[in-house]
Amino acid sequence: MTSATDVPPGAENAVSFYDTDPHEHPPGQSTMLGFWLYLMSDCLIFAMLFAAWGVFGGSYAGGPRPSELFELPLVAVNTAMLLFSSITYGFAMLAADAKKQGATLGWLAITGVFGLCFLGIELYEFSNLIAEGAGPWRSAFLSSFFTLVGTHGLHVTFGIIWLVTLMVQVSRKGLIDANLRRLQCLSLFWHFLDVIWIGVFTFVYLLGVLR
Amino acid sequence: MSANANGMSAAAGPDVAPQAQASDHGHGHGSDHVDGGAAHGSHRSYVTGFVLSVILTAIPFGLVMSGVISDKSVVAGICMVLAIVQIVVHMIYFLHMNRKSEAGWTLMSLIFTVIIVVIALTGSLWVMFHMNQNMMPPMNPTSAAEMSDRM
Repeated sequence: MTSATDVPPGAENAVSFYDTDPHEHPPGQSTMLGFWLYLMSDCLIFAMLFAAWGVFGGSYAGGPRPSELFELPLVAVNTAMLLFSSITYGFAMLAADAKKQGATLGWLAITGVFGLCFLGIELYEFSNLIAEGAGPWRSAFLSSFFTLVGTHGLHVTFGIIWLVTLMVQVSRKGLIDANLRRLQCLSLFWHFLDVIWIGVFTFVYLLGVLR
Repeated sequence: MSANANGMSAAAGPDVAPQAQASDHGHGHGSDHVDGGAAHGSHRSYVTGFVLSVILTAIPFGLVMSGVISDKSVVAGICMVLAIVQIVVHMIYFLHMNRKSEAGWTLMSLIFTVIIVVIALTGSLWVMFHMNQNMMPPMNPTSAAEMSDRM
């Protein structure tokens, strides 16, 4: 115990505290953690939108209620599209790990098609609601609904743009390390959107219809 | 005694540290960071996760659409529990969460985020629920019925 005070503070352990040797930092070394942190911040955005939905979800302003508006079979099909796209993206990652470029591009294309189906169904639903006069201006319930579901749809849109970009990159440069890293980031993003959708179909659609 | 122990640790320090750093660098900086450093799924784990999430999606949709259980709050409770289970399934099988990925930092940041989200969500709902109750007295019998319906 006494010896600890004899030595100047920090001197005995300096070697393990400070890394003075030169060492390499290859590009992308911290990309995955950084991207994960971005996803966590995105998670907070969605949490706030869910909170708004929780507060306003019952404020109909004398307008239509969720049980009159939502078509659960359509939502079920939509959920299936997103689930299928999740597993096909998983297969794309497995193909990329096995360095099979053709299979990777094929699975990515299938994922993109499922994503587009999801978006198409969602836009069809939105246009139906607006045609019925149940647009985001009708009540606080519909404002929060369009904001939450629309933000998720916007994320999916950008995910698809990213997917197409990566398909071009992979077909031009092959499955190099940089492209594998990008594919991993999009993998996190895509599966994360699926996780958000679980919250959307449970809390917005199913519990909304039950209200 | 303690001086001896300090001397030993100081002597052992320089010998051990470079090795630990070297192996750490090899793991963290090498090409295996891209290939196998981060946790990856196998074909089987993806299919397992997919089958589980299909089941966990089908049950709540089936319950709500068929109306088998007449008590709505029971159905809502089941839906929420299944949603939480499904989120965990996705985290494990699709997002490959585990304690080791990125030396535990992904899990740490996830736990931090979950805590913030829970505080923000429950806080917002709690505060706004009470504000609604206290600030919006029923103006006439029909709106009173609507309000109690809403709550």
